[in-house]
Amino acid sequence: MRLKEQILEKVFLLSAFAAVVGVILVFIFVSIKGIPIIKSIGITKFIFGLDWAPTDKHYGILPLIIGSFIVTFGALLIGAPMAIGTAIFLSEIAPSQIKAIVRPAVELLAGIPSVIYGFFGLIIIVPLVRMVFGGSGFGLLTGWLVLAIMILPTIATISEDAIGAVPRSYREASYGMGATKWQTIWRVVLPACKKGLMGATILGMGRAIGETMALLMVLGNAPVVPKSLTAPASALTSIIALDMSYASGDHQVALFAMGIVLFLISFSFVGLIRLVSSRG
Amino acid sequence: MLDKNLKNKIAMIFLWGNGLVTIVILALIIGYVLVKGLPAMSLEFIFTSPKGVTQSGGIFPTIIASIYVTGLSILIGAPVAVGAAIYLSEYTKEGRITQIIRFGADALAGVPSIVLGLFGLSLFVYILGLGWSMLSGALTLILMILPIIMRTTEDALQAVPNAWRQGSVGLGATKWQTIRKVVLPAATPRIMTGIVLGVGRVFGETAAVMFTAGLAINIPFLPNEPGRTMTSHLYLLATEGTSMRTAYGTALLLMGIILIFNLGARRLFGGSKVRR
Repeated sequence: MRLKEQILEKVFLLSAFAAVVGVILVFIFVSIKGIPIIKSIGITKFIFGLDWAPTDKHYGILPLIIGSFIVTFGALLIGAPMAIGTAIFLSEIAPSQIKAIVRPAVELLAGIPSVIYGFFGLIIIVPLVRMVFGGSGFGLLTGWLVLAIMILPTIATISEDAIGAVPRSYREASYGMGATKWQTIWRVVLPACKKGLMGATILGMGRAIGETMALLMVLGNAPVVPKSLTAPASALTSIIALDMSYASGDHQVALFAMGIVLFLISFSFVGLIRLVSSRG
Repeated sequence: MLDKNLKNKIAMIFLWGNGLVTIVILALIIGYVLVKGLPAMSLEFIFTSPKGVTQSGGIFPTIIASIYVTGLSILIGAPVAVGAAIYLSEYTKEGRITQIIRFGADALAGVPSIVLGLFGLSLFVYILGLGWSMLSGALTLILMILPIIMRTTEDALQAVPNAWRQGSVGLGATKWQTIRKVVLPAATPRIMTGIVLGVGRVFGETAAVMFTAGLAINIPFLPNEPGRTMTSHLYLLATEGTSMRTAYGTALLLMGIILIFNLGARRLFGGSKVRR
């Protein structure tokens, strides 16, 4: 009896460490495949190299890193305010009948796979951008729009939780002092859940920078720093997915090395969320 | 300085507009896929194999492959995740160890799926020699569901009132008896919700399975066989543009299955809101 109890506790303890072991394994086995290229061409030439041209043995990934960040911040700039606006709308303004339909709908949309968002971008937003701005329709702007739509439900649902957690009495006190609804939202509710909104936004950022399929399908995949909004662009993720299907030798090793960079970026985002949410 | 009531009115108009735009965009996505996908939908589409180089015909093998990798990953991953949550919730107090475990789970949840794909390709496909196979795909996907199910299960366990545990222990039950007979039964509906949400998540995953489960159109039988999932199929069809009709159909079926999972998770196991 006692022995069984002890064994079970150990089994559960082991299970609990599965995630930690998982993260370490991911880092080790992506690194094993990727480190050789960093060793052979040097970390500065790899990270800060301006030329990604695998056929000529140029493996500089700076344009891709820049691409990833431009795509992410653009999407965030469009998507986060809309998402937080939607969250405010749902928790403070919308009549209960509308809320009863829209809230579950937004939650469900957070579960739609990214390949569907990419597909939607490919058949709707690419032609739309082509029609309005000219060019091929594949590019930075399209990537921003698709990604903004994609992260919207994620940020909105988490923001709504944060807004909903603000005690009712805060609002009542504000109204009691003669404040309007907007003054209450802007001066009382939002400051009270600032931390939660920031956490939600960083989470959206993490989702955006790791996004692969949607970007792969709409960015146009030119490995250069985009010169205009409608010029084709690339992200670390999309180039890995695109090239991995045929790459070999050093080229493939370089893709794994890009995986290390992505891993480290996402890891620091997770650290950032911890920092934000632990600060009083 | 604007009058506060005028300002309030303007802000309300903006927020309403914002809310409506969001609703319209999101409705557009579902509506468009639905309208374009329905004509492709038929029993033949679901139950036959693709035909010819244009990949017309049905998508049966990709449905099986998707179900196969998803099922296998849940089968292995869910017990581990539930075990982990039991440890966190029942066996330990908050401290250094739980902090490490929680950070590990958060970090794993944050790893981009393409990096998980690279990991699976490196370890399972190449180093362990499992090749492009259902097993390689499933093992990779486990890392994806682990943090999701861990978190939902822990929430579920924590929602069980402490008095129940004390009552059980007071009657002379051991810790495990208490967990098995009292805590787990009470938490099961919410644990199931988490698992089903995890299913929905991996079923729609593309980047992590593309380079681990393979792209060959094949009805997998043994775990060492490769197979192309619905998501990979949709990606290839859409970008090659060979058969948009099949692409629309695949998108609709994929979206439908995932919406059913997610709706089912909420409906079947009670309306409690699930933390993501």
